[in-house]
Amino acid sequence: MSTFRCPECGYQYDEDSGDTHEGYKPGTKFESLPDDFACPDCAVRFKDDFVEA
Amino acid sequence: MKGYTAVAPDGEAIFYEDRKRWFWTMSLLYPLQPLLGIWLHWLTGAEGWLLLPLFGGYVVAPLMDWILGEDRNNPPEAVVVQLDRDRFYRLLTYIVVPLHFVSLIGAAWWAGTQDLSSWALVGLAIVTGITSGLGINTGHELGHKKSRLERTLAKIVLAVPAYGHFWIEHNRGHHRDVSTPEDPASARMGESIYKFARREIPGAFRRAWAIESERLTRREKPVWSTDNQILQSMSLSAFLQLSLLILFGWKMIPFLLLHNVFAWWQLTSANYVEHYGLLRRKDDKGRYERCQPHHSWNSNHTYSNLVLFHLQRHSDHHAHPLRRYQSLRHFDDLPTLPSGYFGVYLIAYVPWLWYKVMDRRLLALPHVSGDLDNVNIDPDKHERIREKYAQAAST
Repeated sequence: MSTFRCPECGYQYDEDSGDTHEGYKPGTKFESLPDDFACPDCAVRFKDDFVEA
Repeated sequence: MKGYTAVAPDGEAIFYEDRKRWFWTMSLLYPLQPLLGIWLHWLTGAEGWLLLPLFGGYVVAPLMDWILGEDRNNPPEAVVVQLDRDRFYRLLTYIVVPLHFVSLIGAAWWAGTQDLSSWALVGLAIVTGITSGLGINTGHELGHKKSRLERTLAKIVLAVPAYGHFWIEHNRGHHRDVSTPEDPASARMGESIYKFARREIPGAFRRAWAIESERLTRREKPVWSTDNQILQSMSLSAFLQLSLLILFGWKMIPFLLLHNVFAWWQLTSANYVEHYGLLRRKDDKGRYERCQPHHSWNSNHTYSNLVLFHLQRHSDHHAHPLRRYQSLRHFDDLPTLPSGYFGVYLIAYVPWLWYKVMDRRLLALPHVSGDLDNVNIDPDKHERIREKYAQAAST
């Protein structure tokens, strides 16, 4: 399980915990997030922009 | 005055004082203007005083912007973390939240209990609406932050202008799509503010609802539920406005209708001037380029920035949406508005004048350099604008 980070605002998507507020259950892989996934905090960085922390 | 010390990357010691520190309290005073007008009406008996906020907004602010001019000062990057952590600044955004409620409730009380002439009732509703529009600005600053407290306060204050969907629409929709033809909250070249309003107001609501519905569907919750963040804020609006109706009677119906429309109109006005004609280009994969500072119109006008929590430093805001208001920066060569928002709104309300002032500025921008392919144009005006500028180029 990995963590991916938004390079603009520092939001972290942790695959272990998912993001329940956004509806991504714990254990949801980053790669299975929708293709149009935008950072839930700043919305100006997208899936391709995220970096593995 | 409080100072911040830091060491720059090159080893140089930095000392910074925010000269505007205490002046930011003006963002607290502006929402209280309707109450000042009511107090002067009470003192003198002259109903005209109720319109005082129009004077404060559309005469004093443009005049002060003209007199005081621009402030291009930026805090040194090395002190930004300290500046952001300084609780003073965020405290101001917390304090202003109840003031928006006080302003609306106070004005509704006056409208409902005094024997006002029809024009005074209409006037008071309009100025109160314009003031509640500033509540969207407060909700904007708070809603961009990560803390639960700030986000909750954003949803609460957005109940005053009855614009509960703004938090989702703006943060998750407008910021994602800004300065593209797909964005209902980015104005197109040749689109008047009146046409823009008809696209922006319903379009923004639909987008917010779609984003929130998708989130709730992922969570396997019904869209019509207490988890719906749009409905949370709107329930508070409904409670507030129904309470005013019960307390102050039938006069609240026209009062609140006008109030709501003028509060929304404030946001429409801001959205209209903030990205007029600006366009993000697509890369070879068909993806829009990242939002850069030159994808927003900026204004460094000191006075209006102080009453709007620096909203007009919009270029840095869109490039870095979580940056706190006290830390927003000026950059050189930005698309620049000729005045602060209050002044440019007056220009925007007269479409031919707006086009005359802004189209020239838009086409002269370094990244546009007269090329209409670099502009977000109203499809209905496309041909006419192309003809006009082809003619201008050939003469």
